[in-house]
Amino acid sequence: MITLRNLHKSFGSQKVLNGLNLEIPDRKITAVIGPSGEGKSVLLKHLIGLMQPDSGEVEVDGESILGLRHSQLNRIREKFGMLFQNVALFDSMTVFENVAFPLQEKTDLPADEIRRRVFSALEDVGLKNIEKKFPDELSGGMKKRVGLARAVVLKPDIILFDEPTTGLDPITKRAIHQLIRNTHAKFGFTAVIVSHDIPEIFDVAQNVAMLFRGEILQHGTPEEIINSDHPAVRQFITGSLDGPIQMN
Amino acid sequence: MEITVVQALGHATVGVVRELGRTGWFLLYSFYMIVRRPGSPLYVLKQIRFIGAKSLFVIVLTAGFTGMVLGLQGYYTLAKFGSEGMLGTAVALSLIRELGPVLAALMVTGRAGSAITAEIGIMRISEQIDALETMALDPFKYLVTPKIIAAMISLPLLCAIFDVVGIYGGWLVGVKLLGVNPGAYFYEMEKSVVWRDVYSGFLKSFSFGVIIAWIGCYKGYYAGHGAEGVSKATTESVVLTSVLILIWDYFLTSVLL
Repeated sequence: MITLRNLHKSFGSQKVLNGLNLEIPDRKITAVIGPSGEGKSVLLKHLIGLMQPDSGEVEVDGESILGLRHSQLNRIREKFGMLFQNVALFDSMTVFENVAFPLQEKTDLPADEIRRRVFSALEDVGLKNIEKKFPDELSGGMKKRVGLARAVVLKPDIILFDEPTTGLDPITKRAIHQLIRNTHAKFGFTAVIVSHDIPEIFDVAQNVAMLFRGEILQHGTPEEIINSDHPAVRQFITGSLDGPIQMN
Repeated sequence: MEITVVQALGHATVGVVRELGRTGWFLLYSFYMIVRRPGSPLYVLKQIRFIGAKSLFVIVLTAGFTGMVLGLQGYYTLAKFGSEGMLGTAVALSLIRELGPVLAALMVTGRAGSAITAEIGIMRISEQIDALETMALDPFKYLVTPKIIAAMISLPLLCAIFDVVGIYGGWLVGVKLLGVNPGAYFYEMEKSVVWRDVYSGFLKSFSFGVIIAWIGCYKGYYAGHGAEGVSKATTESVVLTSVLILIWDYFLTSVLL
């Protein structure tokens, strides 16, 4: 379980997280939705210690991750995998090297076993015969798949997805969502997906939390969010221009 | 109004002190990592190839022409005192003690220092450094320490090559074009150049190697947002490294003389 308590974060005078509270249950897919620029990615980076809050608490499996020494934080980070918005594949490495990298650096597995696991992870995400390609030779959808393969290859307990379908066409988008569902069903990790893909995300997530003005407005099952009476939640789901969410 | 000026001054001072502290911490942590977890020798070898081997052409070219200019200038200056035979000494001492380490370092700054900043800066803005951190891996082990070790090894070697090529550049102009006695050119050089000259040159280039990799990595690691951030970091890296090399050269020279 990941627990966020009264989280505050500002950049200069801009308040991004404003007393945010959220509980992310184990082994389920939780989606954090909300308008662009509301701090969804910032929230995600707090979960893994890439950003420190101004105040508040972040707990992973009952252990606070704030104020930890680097080695202690790394011990917690070993539970995580992450798929970045821009995938963040190492551009000087081939696809094989990218997926093999965490295994080479974090395990003592022999080269044959690493090879087997890399090919297995790539197969799980539906990729074949691209091991020797470099990231800039791949399409957006393929990069996302390679990023997912790299994120799952160490079989982490928690995987964070930062807008995994941004910039993809509708078919690839659906394929990536299906892939997340399938890999989740296979490995059973806790997933946190930051997204503004409405309504597709409701088919993927088991929990949905709506972030607006630095707070979680509503948290519940997809059905509860879809049927919400909250004006901001309703406006976001329907994509209406009229309502509390103003485009500035 | 006065308070505003004082506030602005204080704010700027705090900013400078913070930046100095962060830069110093970056170097200390890099050395800590070199001692504790230096990383794979393969990464260091790759960086030696990039910083050292790939700088060879520009080093040879610069060294050759620097030696030729020294030969030309030295000849006309020494000829005024009838001491053309000392040309070898003048060229060798200028190169070994001063110009070799400094010019080699400035050339490597332009070629490799800027590339180091751009590479790490792009990794920063494309979240590749964040990706390493989320894997519970220390980015210094992969991005910083191999470059610092490689620069500490490469710079003295490049400096040695610069010195040798420069001396032959001076020989080409002095002996072959201007008719200085070839025996005198090398004999006087051998008589005048002592181990301390060579040692001080190598010590300089070793420390310049640290400065190039340190500032190059630091500026890239903390690059700002987008292409503009990386471009700004690269420019700052080259300017700061060049200035630091010249300042540090003065201090080292005053200590080693």
